[in-house]
Amino acid sequence: MDNDIIPKQPTYYEEVERKGYSRRDFVKFVSLMTAFIGLEQSAIGQVAKALQTKPRMPVIWLHFQECTCCSESFIRSSHPIVADILLDKISLDYSETLMAASGTQAEAALNNTMTKYKGQYILCVEGSVPMGADGVYCMIGGKTSFQILNEVAEGAAAIIAWGSCASNGCVQSAKPNPTKATPIHKLITNKPIIKVPGCPPIGEVMAGVIVHYLTFGKIPELDRLGRPKAFYNKRVHDTCYRRPFYDAGLFVESFDDENAKNGYCLYKMGCKGPTTYNACAVTKWNGGTSFPIQAGHPCIGCSEENFWDNGRLYDRASAFAGFGIEADADTLGKVALGVTLGAVAVHAVATNFGKGKTIHNHIEEGNESEHELES
Amino acid sequence: MSKRIVVDPITRIEGHLRIEADIENGKIKDAFSSGTMVRLLEEILQGRDPRDAWAFVGRVCGVCTSIHSLTSVRCVEDALDIKIPPNAELVRNIMFCAQYMHDHVVHFYHLHAMDWVDVVNALKADPKKTSELAQSISHWPKSSTGYFSDIQKRIGKFVASGQLGIFSNGYWGHKAYKLPAEVNLIGLAHYLEALEWQKEIVKIHAIFGGKNPHPNYLVGGMACAINLDDVSMINAERLAYVGQLLQDGKDFIEQVYIPDLMAIASFYKDWGAIGGGLGNYLVYGDLPTNGYRDSSAYKFPGGAILNKDVSKIYEVDLRKDDEVQEFITHSWYEYAGGNDQGLHPWKGESKVKYSGPKPPFDHLETDKKYSYLKTPRWKGNAMEVGPLARVLVGYGLGREDFKEVVDKALKDLNVPITALFSTLGRTAARGLESTLTAQWGLDFYNQLLANIKAGDTRMADMSKFDPATWPKSAFGVGHTEAPRGALAHWINIQDQKIANYQLVVPTTWNASPRDSKGGMSAYEAALIDTPVSDETQPLEILRTIHSFDPCMACSVHLYDEEGKTINRVSVLGD
Repeated sequence: MDNDIIPKQPTYYEEVERKGYSRRDFVKFVSLMTAFIGLEQSAIGQVAKALQTKPRMPVIWLHFQECTCCSESFIRSSHPIVADILLDKISLDYSETLMAASGTQAEAALNNTMTKYKGQYILCVEGSVPMGADGVYCMIGGKTSFQILNEVAEGAAAIIAWGSCASNGCVQSAKPNPTKATPIHKLITNKPIIKVPGCPPIGEVMAGVIVHYLTFGKIPELDRLGRPKAFYNKRVHDTCYRRPFYDAGLFVESFDDENAKNGYCLYKMGCKGPTTYNACAVTKWNGGTSFPIQAGHPCIGCSEENFWDNGRLYDRASAFAGFGIEADADTLGKVALGVTLGAVAVHAVATNFGKGKTIHNHIEEGNESEHELES
Repeated sequence: MSKRIVVDPITRIEGHLRIEADIENGKIKDAFSSGTMVRLLEEILQGRDPRDAWAFVGRVCGVCTSIHSLTSVRCVEDALDIKIPPNAELVRNIMFCAQYMHDHVVHFYHLHAMDWVDVVNALKADPKKTSELAQSISHWPKSSTGYFSDIQKRIGKFVASGQLGIFSNGYWGHKAYKLPAEVNLIGLAHYLEALEWQKEIVKIHAIFGGKNPHPNYLVGGMACAINLDDVSMINAERLAYVGQLLQDGKDFIEQVYIPDLMAIASFYKDWGAIGGGLGNYLVYGDLPTNGYRDSSAYKFPGGAILNKDVSKIYEVDLRKDDEVQEFITHSWYEYAGGNDQGLHPWKGESKVKYSGPKPPFDHLETDKKYSYLKTPRWKGNAMEVGPLARVLVGYGLGREDFKEVVDKALKDLNVPITALFSTLGRTAARGLESTLTAQWGLDFYNQLLANIKAGDTRMADMSKFDPATWPKSAFGVGHTEAPRGALAHWINIQDQKIANYQLVVPTTWNASPRDSKGGMSAYEAALIDTPVSDETQPLEILRTIHSFDPCMACSVHLYDEEGKTINRVSVLGD
C-alpha cells in the first residue's frame, strides 16, 4: 500500500498569483477581507498569513451504527487538544456531533467538500454499516448508510475506521448480529483504510493517528490487520505494570479481596490483556490518568475482533480460543521462584502452541500448582 | 396551506434523528420525530451472563456514557438481592455527578450554544467591552481584554482561511440571533475553554473505572479496591486527584457555565413561552444515600407531574404492570397480540418490521409507521423526562436545595415560574441541576473520605457473584436518572442467563412517535407553535429539539420475545 498519499494543495495566495493577480492586489483584498469579517486593522497580518498558509486537511466524519463514544474520546485528547486540531490542523467539514449546520445546510457542507476536495479529503467513519434489510436499519437524510458510505468514500484520499464498530462491527455485530452490522473494510476495498479499534480508541491515539498523518506526510505503518503499529504492536499483557505478579503467580481471586487490594494480576478474573493489542497500559487513558487494570477491573479486550463473543467477561483468557498468538520465549526465563512453574507453564505453552486441549490440561496443572502454593 | 419541511440529519446530538414539520403562517402546525437507526442490542443480550450485561448496554451510548452500565448493574443486583457496600454507592454517585457535570457543560457549549450564539458576529465585538462585561458577571480569571482579543483574532484568522470546518453553513446572521457581539464573543471563548475543560472532569471515571468513555462497572460494587498503603490502588493521591477535579469542575460550572447561561437567557426571555409541549413530567429518582431500594433517601427524588401542576407529585412504580407501557402503533415493529396494545417491559415483545418508504426517499409516511423508537406511556400519559422534570419534581416536593436554585434563577431573570415550562426552562434546568450535582459530588467525596478514615475500605460484595448462588428465576429493575432523563432496565434471569432484557430510555420517552390514540410525545408536542422565521433555515426547530439534548442511540432497541433470530426484513415500501 502506498502510504504517501497526502495530496499537495495550493494556498489561497498561490491560487490568486497563478490567476495573474499581483501582490498588491492580494494585500488590498486582505485588508477588505479583514474589514468584512469585522476585525480590527491590526489583524490584517494574521489574515494575510492565513491566506498564504496551506489549506487545512479537509476531513469528513460520518456516523453510522455507533454510540458516539469515539467522537467523545476524540475530544478527550490532551495532546494535541481538540480545539487546536479543529482550528489549526484539520478542517472538520462534516461531523454530525459538532457541526453547526443541520439538515440541508449540513448536506450542502458535505457535498461542497466532496466536490471541492475530491481525492484529497480524509474520510473518518464512526460506526458499522447495517447490511440487513437492504440497509434500512441506518438512514440519514433519507439515504441508507451504505449508500452514503459509497458516495463519500469514492473521493476520499484515505479512510480512518474509528473504533471497534467501524473496524470490527463491535457490539451490534455480536451474535446473532441481527442487523448484519458490517465493518468498513468489508465494504470499501479500493482505498487505504486505517483501523483504529477500541471501544472507544484512546483519545490521544486518535489524535496521534491524525497528527502522524499531518506531520510525516503519510499514513502510519500498519500491521497485517490494518492497525497503526505505533499504537497496536504490543499486547496489554506485555506492557502491563501488573505483569510481574503474573510471572510470580500472584493473582486476584475475587474482587476486593486481599490480593485485589495488593494490586495482583487480574488474569484469573478474566483479564483479556494477554490477547489484546492496544496502548492502554502505556499511553493510558484520559491524559495518562489510569487504565482499566490500574482501576482494578480486568481488560475486556475491546480492541480485538469479536471480543463480545470471545468468552464471558470474567472467564479466564486461556479458557477461550485464540489465547497467545505469538511466542513469548522469555517467559520461562522470568521464573525466579520455581514454585510458580505451573502458572508460567500455562502461559508458555499457550503462547507457543495455542492448542486448546494442551492448554486446558496445563491450566488444570497450573491451578493445582497455585492451589498448593496458597495452602 | 401548510408546507412540509424536513430536517435530517439533526446535528449536535447523539445519533440519528429526523424531524418533519408542517409550517403555516410562520409557525409549526404539526411535527413528526423519527429515529432512523437501530442496533437491536436487546436481542444480542439474550442467553448471556447477566454479570456481563453492563458492558454491552454501556455501549448503548458513549455520550451519556457510564449511565447504562450503572443501570444494568443495578437491575442485576435488584434481581439477585445484592446490596453493595456504602463506599461503592458513594463511588458510583461521584461518577454519576462527574457525568452530569461533563455532559451538561458539553451540551450547553458544544451541542446547544450555537443555536443562540452567532459565532461570526463575535468577530465584531469590542474586546475591551467584552472583558468588562465578563468581569461584571463572573470572577472567572480568564477575562482580560487581551484574552478576548486573542480569541477573536484566532477565530478571525480561521474564518479568513475560508475553511470554516465545523462552523460551515451555520445560520450566522439569522435574525433570530439576538445577542450583542460581546456576549457572542464570550460564548465563543467559552466554547473553546469548555472543550478543553471537559476532558478533565471525566478523569474521575478513569480513576474509579479505568477509562472514559465507557468506564468499567461491576455487579456487587466497584472493582477499584481501596488500599491507602499501595501505590497502584485507590490511595491518598488518587483520592486527592478526585477531590481536585470535583472542585475545579464546580468552579467551572459556577463561574463560567451558569453566568453564561443566565447572560444568554436574559436576551431570549421570549423562549420562556415557546416549546413547552406536554406539561407532563416523569422522574424515577437517583443518587441513593441509603441503598438503591430506599427511594426516600435519594438526592434526586422521583415522581410524576401532570398538566404542569407541581403541587401534586404522583408516585411511580416501575414494577406495576399498568404504569410504564410501550406502544408501537407508529413504530417499525409488530406485536403478536395486535399493534395497538401497550406492554410492560417485563412482558416486552416486539419484532422489527420496517415498512417505511424505500430509500432514498424525500418524506416518511407520517400517517403510518415512521420511527424505530417505540412509544412509552405512563398510565397512558405521554411524559417528558430530563433536567426540567427533575427540577420540577424536586421543587414541587418542596426540597430546599431545589427551591433555592430555582427561585434564585427566576428572580435573576425576572420571569415567573411558568417560564420554566418551555425551551428556555429546559435549558435553564440543566444548568441548575449541574450546580446541585457539583455540590453533591463533593458531599459524596467527603463522605467517602470519612468512611475510609473510619476504617471501612470495602468496595464490593462478592457473596453472590458466583452464578451457582442464584435462584433459578429472578426478575429485576434498575433505574437511574440519566443526564437526559428517566432510564430503566428490566431483566429476567433464568438458569443463570439473561432470558429477557428491556431498556426504556429517556429519549424514547421524549422523541417517540405518536401513540395508539394519536397523542404526541414530548418533541412533537414541544415543536407545535414554535415560530420558524425562515423555512430554509431551521434554527428555531434546533433550539427546541436541542433543549431536550437528544440521544438517539439510546432510544432504539429491540427484543424478540421468543428468542428467535429476527429474519431479514424484506418488506420495503409496502
